[in-house]
Amino acid sequence: MTEPEIYDALDEIFRDVFLRDDIALSPELSAKDVPGWDSFKQIDIILAVEAQFHIKFNTRELDSLHNVGDLVRVVAAKTA
Amino acid sequence: MTELYWLPELEAWRPRLRALAAGDASGADSGAAAWAEAVALANARLDFVRTNALDQIVARRFGETAPPDLATKPVRLALLGSGTMAHLHAAIRVAGLRRGLWITIYENDYGQYWQELSDPGSALHAFRPNAVLFALDPYHLTAGLGAAAGEAEARERLLEWQERLRQCWGLAREAFRCPVLHQTPLPVHPALLGSNEHRLPGSPADFILRFNRELRALADREGADVVALDTRAARDGLRAWHDPALWHRAKQEVSPATAPLYGELAVRLLAARQGRSAKCLVMDLDNTLWGGVVGDDGLEGLVLGQGSALGEAFAAFQDYARELSRRGVILAVCSKNDEANAFEPFDKHPEMVLKRRDIASFVANWDDKPANIRAIAEELNIGLDALVFVDDNPFERALVRRELPMVAVPEVGDDPATFAQTLADAGYFEAVAVTAEDRARGAQYQENRQRERLKSSATDLDSYLRNLEMELIWRPFDRVGLQRTVQLINKTNQFNLTTRRYSEEEVLAVIDDPRAFGLQLRLTDRFGDNGIIAIVIGRMAVSDDLVIDTWLMSCRVLGRQVEPTTLNLLAAAAKRLGARRLIGEYIPTAKNGMVKEHYPKLGFAPLDRRADHGASYVLDLPSFVPAETFITVREG
Repeated sequence: MTEPEIYDALDEIFRDVFLRDDIALSPELSAKDVPGWDSFKQIDIILAVEAQFHIKFNTRELDSLHNVGDLVRVVAAKTA
Repeated sequence: MTELYWLPELEAWRPRLRALAAGDASGADSGAAAWAEAVALANARLDFVRTNALDQIVARRFGETAPPDLATKPVRLALLGSGTMAHLHAAIRVAGLRRGLWITIYENDYGQYWQELSDPGSALHAFRPNAVLFALDPYHLTAGLGAAAGEAEARERLLEWQERLRQCWGLAREAFRCPVLHQTPLPVHPALLGSNEHRLPGSPADFILRFNRELRALADREGADVVALDTRAARDGLRAWHDPALWHRAKQEVSPATAPLYGELAVRLLAARQGRSAKCLVMDLDNTLWGGVVGDDGLEGLVLGQGSALGEAFAAFQDYARELSRRGVILAVCSKNDEANAFEPFDKHPEMVLKRRDIASFVANWDDKPANIRAIAEELNIGLDALVFVDDNPFERALVRRELPMVAVPEVGDDPATFAQTLADAGYFEAVAVTAEDRARGAQYQENRQRERLKSSATDLDSYLRNLEMELIWRPFDRVGLQRTVQLINKTNQFNLTTRRYSEEEVLAVIDDPRAFGLQLRLTDRFGDNGIIAIVIGRMAVSDDLVIDTWLMSCRVLGRQVEPTTLNLLAAAAKRLGARRLIGEYIPTAKNGMVKEHYPKLGFAPLDRRADHGASYVLDLPSFVPAETFITVREG
């Protein structure tokens, strides 16, 4: 799956999780930039991404996610 | 499968959620309309993300307080657990919303369930829950246990936990006088031996199995309800319910992705305790109870019973329906057919499991189904929201959903092999106990039809009533009848003057109160026993007034002079407590309009009007003359 395709899907997931349309996803975007993005929301995002792409993150991969760019890279690698 | 697959996909769900969020603050869009829309959005196939989204919007729209004029009693649920449950709150609230219930949740500080329970000054006590759900996770329960432990130690641990549970439930019950739920821990531990894990006494995996087995018996003895996550996980696969990685990360026993189903399981019990479970299964005929169209294919052309896989699947579904009816679910038929054609398989097909006597209301004609479903609800004297409609035809399902949104219409698909499991998974008929009345209900509807026949043959009402040879048998509340009393108090909506809902504990308190009485009334006649059909509770108030706190009756016995006969009993009981006046109240709800004039009809005088269009009435006891009726009364 290409990165633009992944970003499109993530856009939708972020809209649903945060109930906002104005989050502009970029590789540098991280939890500190989005109000309400706490550890629970982080899990919601992860589970939604797993369901969307039919993948499962392992514990090391989860620990390596620091921003949207990390997330996109891992998804791209797992769906390649 | 942990999705809510029996609920329909709702078109334009997201835009509708946005519209609900935007709301109209000017008031054009009333609270009631917004609430109805929220309930509709909850009755769609929601995953956890949409569940959370809907919950957030509802919170924004309604804030902390339930919308006014809610027909249901708001639930204040305390979650008392050892792990993290914050990720489950939204799903619990939305499962409540799906049933029109407003739920407020309190969760104990992490790990502090015992401390908060035993401290009357804690935030838990200040919250004043009216339902408590215990959730002790499997890691907490097995802490310290392991392969080194012997049988004695494992047994000892089990007994300790049972004692602790008894204490927890007892404290909650005593402090809050409310239903207590306990969820089974999930069997999360990996095996140490394997298939014969039970031969390793200290095995945590085996301990959880034993714990869950014995939890059932303990809950029955102590009057708690079990939320059976373990049997669900056995069906769905543990992987769907529990993710060890999430346990390590956030101490979540139940995976957030499965939260919507978790909320369903918990809230079904709360709804059942409020008498909000469905009561009647309405079934289509052609391609729902048998394969083929009886009007076209004829009796011989139907696919039913032994001989084909499809035929066996239809017979198995009929068998499931019959089993439901044997434990108290009413069965009805709603079919587009000539009546004679519709009856024929019931009367003549050798493979039919269901017989005509199993069907309490049988409607076969060419009118549209929503109209016929209304007729069924009227004939059975139950609310439309007590009906579940099963039809293989997606067009009919959509039509009924659109016209009658309060009727539950599961997405059963078109394969009869899955109908029964779909109904079971949807949990419409969740029940916490089976009473003798439940078991006899099918026969009671039969007897009702015989009464109807007598009525049409009798020349006038008096001779009909006299010929019924009715006897009203009354008893004070007692423990034997407790379950039925509580069931009636919590599920009677129409003939219910005050619609006050009471828990078992509150009913027991009436028994112990010397200045109050509760009566359970049974009606028998020449056709059989109608079971306990009415409940009254009286409480002495200031001076010499006896207030009728609760007066409710099953609609099955309307028009049979039970009301004036009950008043005679009430007056006598009130006089025994020294009362000189009876005070009756009518508190209007969305459903009890039929009893608006109840007290004036019985000769009460108006006393006061209420802001909600209800009223109170008074009856002077010294001058009261008991009404003559055709009902013989005795204590028994």
